Amino acid sequence: MSSVRVLVGTRKGAFVLTSDGKRAKWEVSGPHFPGWEIYHMKGSPLNPDRIYTSQSSGWFGQLIQRSDDGGKTFAPMDNKFTYDGVPGTHMWYDGTPHPWEFKRVWHLEPSLTESEVVYAGIEDAAIFKSADGGGSWAELSGLRKHGSGPQWQPGAGGMCLHTIVQDPADPQRLFIAISAAGAFRTDDGGVTWKPINKGLRSAQIPDQDAEVGHCVHRIAMHPSRPNTLFMQKHWDVMRSDDAGENWHEVSGNLPTDFGFPIDVHAHEPETIYVVPITSDAQHFPPDGKLRVYRSRTGGNEWEALTNGLPQKDCYVNILRDAMAVDSLDSCGVYFGTTGGQVYASPDGGDHWAAIVRDLPAVLSVEVQTFQ
Amino acid sequence: MVLPSPLRSLAKVDGELAIDVPGAVTTRSVLDAVEAGYPMLKGTIRDQVTQERRAFVRFFACELDLSHESPDAALPEAVAAGREPLLVVGAMAGG
Repeated sequence: MSSVRVLVGTRKGAFVLTSDGKRAKWEVSGPHFPGWEIYHMKGSPLNPDRIYTSQSSGWFGQLIQRSDDGGKTFAPMDNKFTYDGVPGTHMWYDGTPHPWEFKRVWHLEPSLTESEVVYAGIEDAAIFKSADGGGSWAELSGLRKHGSGPQWQPGAGGMCLHTIVQDPADPQRLFIAISAAGAFRTDDGGVTWKPINKGLRSAQIPDQDAEVGHCVHRIAMHPSRPNTLFMQKHWDVMRSDDAGENWHEVSGNLPTDFGFPIDVHAHEPETIYVVPITSDAQHFPPDGKLRVYRSRTGGNEWEALTNGLPQKDCYVNILRDAMAVDSLDSCGVYFGTTGGQVYASPDGGDHWAAIVRDLPAVLSVEVQTFQ
Repeated sequence: MVLPSPLRSLAKVDGELAIDVPGAVTTRSVLDAVEAGYPMLKGTIRDQVTQERRAFVRFFACELDLSHESPDAALPEAVAAGREPLLVVGAMAGG
């Protein structure tokens, strides 16, 4: 019997939602780690009982928790993220040099091919790798030291490495994104990196051909087409068909192309989802209407999905890691809001319902599918 | 020592911690002993690299704020003797 497990990270704890394949009735467990910020939870694709959790607080710093029983119990793992060598400086908000300082782990990405390997994206921006299931961490410092690091500057949410996408056809290839440095790719497992930002345009930086400086919010890929990437940038929805070498805009008829998450249908590589947000100053949906937009053409032509979503007086935000899809035959789409609702659609976005509401602000949503 | 509630949950302890500290009883030596016994607390009270107190953690004892004392300063005799606890407190600004 098929089922799904939804991992929800919030501002004040973690929640685990489970349902059978109909996705009509949900059980909610939690809060796990009550009172702590859970920036991300993600299960291993090789061992779904293995779930990694980033747990942090303003008081007590960063912890990494690991479950090996599907989220029933967790154990603290190594939480020492030490930059390789002398960290040096990046650019501060006012344009002056500022020392690299560890603040938190934004994103945990278990390897698609190695059961004990997991990657961590951190603030201040760097990528770390653990080869022992979170037992110890080492920086893949070729990213931070590839040359442009001193010019990286934080976005409003901090200088965070928030996106890690592994190429299923070539596991040595990783794509990452940093706010507000841009997107980068390694083809050798993280030893060397290159910026992949050609074609991005950002009014907030003076040189439109700059190698770095773009505020990429999220990158998504369909596993069957690893050279095709979709990006939600600060403004603009973008697409690349050559593994990030070149990007072009596919915002098309969106009411606004500002937003945070972007995701791809599990079975239709040209079907993508975004949640338009009014602007960088107004982090809520236009006109108080919560609308997911779906393109079945890989961008440019978008349709509003509203059935079951609030269409008046809705002023929540949907953060970059707070959207995910399941891989059941009828693809489920999920997203969480800063108002504490998690919405799900069991039919690719045609119909929506809140599967839980009144949680703390949702920071991340991930889904595990059991066929 | 008395830990704040989130750290008691993390370390799976109730109430006060009785810590055997070899040598001089200082904030540093107490934390060294606590972290040796409860390694999950590493990094939560002080930075693992610099050993500096986390910005939103405070150390109180005997109605004194010891947060800004040297980590190598002797703790009050009542703490060293086990009559009074060293309180680890989350600052008001940290939540």
